[in-house]
Amino acid sequence: VNYNTFYNERVTDTPLTAPMEIAFDYTRSLGPVLGQFMTALRERRVLGARGADGTVHSPPFEYDPLTSLPPQELVAVGPEGTVLTWSWLAEPLPGQPLDRPFGWALIRLDGADTAMLHAVDAGSAAAMRTGMRVRPRWAAERVGSIRDIACFEPCAETPGARPEAQGAGPVTQDPATKPPVTMTVTPVRLRYQHTASPGESTYLRGLADGRLIGQRCPACGKVYIPSRGTCPVDGVPADIVVELPDTGTVTTFSIVNVAYPGQQVTPPYVAAAVLLDGADIAFQHLILGCEPGEVRIGMRVRAAWRPRDEGATTVSTISHFTPTGEPDAPYETVARFL
Amino acid sequence: VTEVAVVGFAQSPCRVREDATTGGVEMLVPIFAEVYAATGLAKGDIGFWCSGSSDYLAGRAFSFVQAVDAIGAVPPIMESHVEMDGAWALYEAWVKIMSGEAEIALAYGFGKSSGSELRRVLALQLDPCLVAPLWPDSVSVAALQARLGIEAGLWTEKDMAEVAARCRSAAVGNPAAQVSGEVAIEDLLARPYVADPLRAHDCAPVGDGAAVVILASGARARELCDRPAWITSFWHRIESGSLGSRDLLRVGLGPPGSPGPVDVAELHAPFTHQEILLRRALGLGPGDAGGPAEVSPSGGALCGNPMFAAGLARIGSAARAVMTGRADRALGHATSGPALQQNLVCVMEARR
Repeated sequence: VNYNTFYNERVTDTPLTAPMEIAFDYTRSLGPVLGQFMTALRERRVLGARGADGTVHSPPFEYDPLTSLPPQELVAVGPEGTVLTWSWLAEPLPGQPLDRPFGWALIRLDGADTAMLHAVDAGSAAAMRTGMRVRPRWAAERVGSIRDIACFEPCAETPGARPEAQGAGPVTQDPATKPPVTMTVTPVRLRYQHTASPGESTYLRGLADGRLIGQRCPACGKVYIPSRGTCPVDGVPADIVVELPDTGTVTTFSIVNVAYPGQQVTPPYVAAAVLLDGADIAFQHLILGCEPGEVRIGMRVRAAWRPRDEGATTVSTISHFTPTGEPDAPYETVARFL
Repeated sequence: VTEVAVVGFAQSPCRVREDATTGGVEMLVPIFAEVYAATGLAKGDIGFWCSGSSDYLAGRAFSFVQAVDAIGAVPPIMESHVEMDGAWALYEAWVKIMSGEAEIALAYGFGKSSGSELRRVLALQLDPCLVAPLWPDSVSVAALQARLGIEAGLWTEKDMAEVAARCRSAAVGNPAAQVSGEVAIEDLLARPYVADPLRAHDCAPVGDGAAVVILASGARARELCDRPAWITSFWHRIESGSLGSRDLLRVGLGPPGSPGPVDVAELHAPFTHQEILLRRALGLGPGDAGGPAEVSPSGGALCGNPMFAAGLARIGSAARAVMTGRADRALGHATSGPALQQNLVCVMEARR
């Protein structure tokens, strides 16, 4: 067995790659402490949590690092503060607070003993320094999020000049015009360049040509389609190319009755595991061309290809599978794959 | 008490792999074969398997399951996974042997760091309500720590450049290194900042790779390896997840803190200033409890930092120093999380 197939000349084609963007929203319950913190941010106030040792943490802890108890008291801090350390980012990344060069800083708000990580809109690195005074720039629309602070900006005031009322004072409740914030939504957008394995690439290029290409394991002889890269039984590259017919047998199926966003076919329809003739593993596809209730284990099916000029390196080049009308495959021929 | 030793190590060359999937199989199969050949083991001899990898890095759920194909997991195996560097998978494997549930265990880690914007993806390891919504990138967060040290007088930008130059020079001849060579400090310092005060040479390169380490207990270790790297201590500690309430200049290693004198220390420092911080915390300098030690003769993570494999590769490299006779006593360190939040230390030694 040649373990180095992945590195040698037998891999002649560059693997297929494609951009992939993953986008989803995290919706989180904030709990009592962060709920109060976010509610206050919406009202342009910043809170801290007083710990058992008297230190004030802002952002607040949910459980005291010393006693593991919830904070006994939330107090107002800042909103101005002092930069404890900073870095300067010349080329901001998507999603960050500013889209022009800015500073990241750990900022200790007046009255707090710990620091908050946030952005500072200082214009240039030359305007940044440790010890500089900053104040929040509030977002125009506030929803109860750390991003209700759009960023911090430099301010001239020195700590000694601030009024007594500011920093580590008791929380004053604003008249509640809105219900308290209990949830936070964080949109996540991530971009990848997704790479198919050499075997998957061969399989996908075959689809574009209207062919089904699998790989046989040199150790156990099993045929995989789509390629598994390595044989999951033997852990060696399954790299003997095998062309398979576009006929096969339903090994199991389910009738989809539920509608969901992005669905390609109107329910009810059948999603099935189809064992292509000559393969040792089934793959999933749609069964159309008959009533869902007619689909059964052992039913013989054939690929319905999209028109040749629509061929692409994707499994949807096969539109679906459709019954051939042949007698069902004997149970023994599919029993091993159920 | 059960004695456990490292008996095998292999790692794939760290580089941007256009031919590798995020499932890791293409990087793992050759190094599994290499470590089997070196130890004479076959997959059926392995009593416990544990991997370290990340779905965020792969961009899909349960990405570690695909990697199990590289094992050939038929008949079924005893297998586990950590969403951390493979060094923590090694820790789980060590516990498995110490508790008598396996005699031989294999830990592996893999990561295709180049498949996405790594420093942006790593923002998702930060506090999900208070920090991650701002998308602070991992390089900027490390830069906050670097400036604290500069302003506290612990190091200078020149000291940091010297770390980079020493590591790149040490990596010459290491086939797994992604960057290596002789560089002049002045040239490095003339380059622009990536995230002031960090320049490109202060940051580990983004690269793809995998690593594997095999552990064995007592008698089996002596059969499998002429000079096993016996584990004398193995521990890990975690700092607060709140960056602003941590002392970023303190590396919390907990007891026993200092490993005692070692000949070689392979440190997982993805940023130059972090190597200086770790040397101090572990006491590796002349006159220190652990020193003077040769630090990261492989070139370290600054010359190749495949995510989720680089920490395991540090322990493997330290073990290799013992197995080859370069060191009698060696230390491997791994880190995870922002700004050295989590630290793991494995101390190994040769025995008669």
